[in-house]
Amino acid sequence: MINASIKQLSAALAAKTISSVELTQLYLERIARLNPGLNAYITLNPEVSLAQARAADARIAAGQADTLTGIPLAQKDIFCAKGWLTTCGSKMLHNFVSPYDAHVIEQFNRAGAVNLGKTNMDEFAMGSSNETSHYGPVKNPWDTARVPGGSSGGTAAAVAARLCAAATGTDTGGSIRQPAALCGISGLKPTYGVVSRYGMIAFASSLDQAGPMARGAEDLALLLNTMAGFDERDSTSLQRDKEDYARDLAKPLDGLRIGLPKEFFAEGMGSDVAQTVGTAIAEYKKLGASVVEVSLPNSKLSVPVYYVLAPAEASSNLSRFDGVRYGYRAPEYGDLADMYEKSRAQGFGAEVKRRIMIGTYVLSHGYYDAYYLQAQKIRRLIAQDFTEAFRQCDVIMGPTAPSTAFELGEKGDDPVQMYLSDIYTIAVNLAGLPGMSIPCGFGAANMPVGLQIIGNYFDEARMLNAAHQYQLATDWHSRAPNGI
Amino acid sequence: MQWEIVIGLEVHAQLSTGSKIFCGASTAFGAEPNTQADAVSLALPGVLPVLNRGAVERAIRFGLATGAHIAPRSVFARKNYFYPDLPKGYQISQFDLPVVGNGQLVIQVPAQDKSPAYEKVVRLTRAHLEEDAGKSLHEDFHGMTGIDLNRAGTPLLEIVSEPDMRSAAEAVAYAKALHSLVRWIGICDGNMQEGSFRCDANVSVRRPGAPLGTRREIKNLNSFRFLEQAINYEAQWQIDTLVNGGAIHQATVLFDPDKGETRMMRSKEEAHDYRYFPDPDLLPLEISEEWKAQVRATLPELPQAKQARYVGELGLSAYDASILTASREMADFFETALNPSPTLPLSGEGAVPTPLMTRGGREGFAGIEAKLCANWLIGEVSAQLNRDGLDMAQCPITGQQLGGMLQRISDGTISNSGAKEVFRTMWAEGGETDAIIESKGLKQVSDSGAIEALVDEIIAANSDKVAEYRSGKDKLFGFFVGLAMKASKGKANPAQLNEVLKRKLAG
Repeated sequence: MINASIKQLSAALAAKTISSVELTQLYLERIARLNPGLNAYITLNPEVSLAQARAADARIAAGQADTLTGIPLAQKDIFCAKGWLTTCGSKMLHNFVSPYDAHVIEQFNRAGAVNLGKTNMDEFAMGSSNETSHYGPVKNPWDTARVPGGSSGGTAAAVAARLCAAATGTDTGGSIRQPAALCGISGLKPTYGVVSRYGMIAFASSLDQAGPMARGAEDLALLLNTMAGFDERDSTSLQRDKEDYARDLAKPLDGLRIGLPKEFFAEGMGSDVAQTVGTAIAEYKKLGASVVEVSLPNSKLSVPVYYVLAPAEASSNLSRFDGVRYGYRAPEYGDLADMYEKSRAQGFGAEVKRRIMIGTYVLSHGYYDAYYLQAQKIRRLIAQDFTEAFRQCDVIMGPTAPSTAFELGEKGDDPVQMYLSDIYTIAVNLAGLPGMSIPCGFGAANMPVGLQIIGNYFDEARMLNAAHQYQLATDWHSRAPNGI
Repeated sequence: MQWEIVIGLEVHAQLSTGSKIFCGASTAFGAEPNTQADAVSLALPGVLPVLNRGAVERAIRFGLATGAHIAPRSVFARKNYFYPDLPKGYQISQFDLPVVGNGQLVIQVPAQDKSPAYEKVVRLTRAHLEEDAGKSLHEDFHGMTGIDLNRAGTPLLEIVSEPDMRSAAEAVAYAKALHSLVRWIGICDGNMQEGSFRCDANVSVRRPGAPLGTRREIKNLNSFRFLEQAINYEAQWQIDTLVNGGAIHQATVLFDPDKGETRMMRSKEEAHDYRYFPDPDLLPLEISEEWKAQVRATLPELPQAKQARYVGELGLSAYDASILTASREMADFFETALNPSPTLPLSGEGAVPTPLMTRGGREGFAGIEAKLCANWLIGEVSAQLNRDGLDMAQCPITGQQLGGMLQRISDGTISNSGAKEVFRTMWAEGGETDAIIESKGLKQVSDSGAIEALVDEIIAANSDKVAEYRSGKDKLFGFFVGLAMKASKGKANPAQLNEVLKRKLAG
């Protein structure tokens, strides 16, 4: 049952082969057993989960079930969920119980899905290894000495370890795709604006986008069907007709044109990753796709551009965490300024502070033009590169991350090395394009490798089609870590 | 040596929307603390702003009313600073791309001492949309500070003038004209006590013709009187400082109304670096020609246009016209009083009425002279409002009531003194003119036979005085008027009485 797809689980629930309560108990039991070694969840609330499961069973019995009714999912702890502790991986919000639901949570509740718990993450989604979480690092289920990637590392580990049927993540610079790659699962970051950001704690507003993480592309499509849609509470949410992201899954790939950016296959990528990705591309050719080399000349600037823009927005977004109205406040302080300083000094971790400082600096009087404005200009050039490339191809493919999962602590004292983990994913956020990662084999130390698929704006259905057809021909996405 | 005072004003007008600028919480004044603070007002994690179209529409109204450029595309920016009543740690405002730019306002500076009244054009640099902060409450919390976020997110239009004013009187005239305009076009209730209309004044001094001096900004002036006092004090302080060899340093100052002084709040060095950048949560604000046209169609006739019409068509003085258009209530009152029953035929029975103002005449339908109506409004009505501490909107009598009375003055039914009696009664007890005239017996005697008889009696009974008058003691005329009025119990038509007296006394 734990290896079943959502479609299969949904059928089993409908056929009453299993109840949602039984399924939920199954996962809760696994979490109780395996989570202590993985630290994938921050908050569990079994009574609430089971109550949702009972409600789902009633709905199924009444014949009013949706595809996701009764399916046990996990939610990244960046989404506000009413009555749930919502920490965003930070001490700053160690006591914040949200009084409201994020749009994404509302959508899942409406569909009747079960919330198993809130998953661990890098503090305020700032990190690529899940080591910046106030709640301790998440371990990679394939090798617990290694990181799961980040920032949606808790979700990636939970999905890989079968501690939920599927789950949510958010992706600002690769936070869905990179941990999906490092944990051997599938993850999709939709086009910017497809999923409402309402209730999703902001890191960098112009880059943040929520998306599904699951074992296979078909599951991603079903989750995205529920998550996507216009929401008037988010001004950047796009007003588009509702679409079925699973509609093209079965299409053959004949004639699919795959663009391979020459810059992605140059230096910097591990040879194991290069080889595995190469094999995956060869598989696509077998499935009827053709390959063309494309160029993204400005993509080499995406890391520096990102580390100007994302911290700039973050420095402002995180100003509301001031100890005045909710969250952490220093136990002792003098005057007002001292309360701010102590609360923020104690409530934020080192990586968050580093980015707030960078962001504050680049927005400062006299530096704004040289950093922020310049970065915005390059951001447009990066987006234009993709527009050009998509004249020659339908999807772009390449590695998701330059290496497989590294060891815990390995890059802890070198932020730049850490930032380079997202070298292939960041440009996609800067352009606002959809991107996904699917497992495509194993590299050094038998750790999973991810294949990144980048689509044109609103081409999620085509990307999911390309991923699903590959997953019908291969079984990388079905592999489970030892002991799981 | 001469000094020139240079003043520019920044006015924060609270826009009269029912809900806040970026969320649905109410903007009503005076609610229990934090009862109008929803998730967005509290800046809970994850919440997002959604722009209130009503606030934008009001900004467009203002732009149209001041002949300004309305930007087809403007941008919301974040102004970052920490303060407990600023829940997000930034204020959403507009920075380099404001919604309104390059407008102007014509102001009437009243006569003062020896200088006559004059008109002046003040240029408006810009007007931009932004949200208000909450309030810090320093009392009742035993040494702690309370935060009330009801006001947080209330829509404001910040209206920035060029440094075009040259005296406190001009600054006050500008502020009053602006105050009148925003109420006139229905975008702000103008309630200064509740903080709906707040002024900051940038003041500098210089020798005439010299480049602009260094300015100091006086913050949060919430009455016209304080505005005037603060500018006068500040300008004199700057002049004294310079005369004594000192220098002016850019700073923000506060006005202490109790002491009548300005005092330093922070220097330029201490000024915040607000780290403005475009708010990524909001799309650029786009205003189409269609939207502008829709708003334009709902704009009332503006005070400037009305003034011109009152002068051109009604023959009023520019001064009277400016007073009558000082507020929309005043102008509406005036126009109603001048035309108390709009269905009245223009002339003859069943004549088709045409709108008052297109007649080109100087009288309303009811034959009321515009000047008479203006005099009553500017005189009795305003004075009585003043005595009772009321504003025009609270006036106990209506334009119709006043117009009904003016009609009876115009048709000679009552004298001016009778009218005053009618007015007093109407003000205190209500009622219509004709009923009051009837019940108080105020109808004046216009029967020439009766007046002649009365005058004959007086002449007969005062032959000695008549002789004196005839021998050249003209001053005695008033004495005869007094006697005649007394004899008629004040009801004699004064014009008629004068005419008869003059004729009969002449012998």
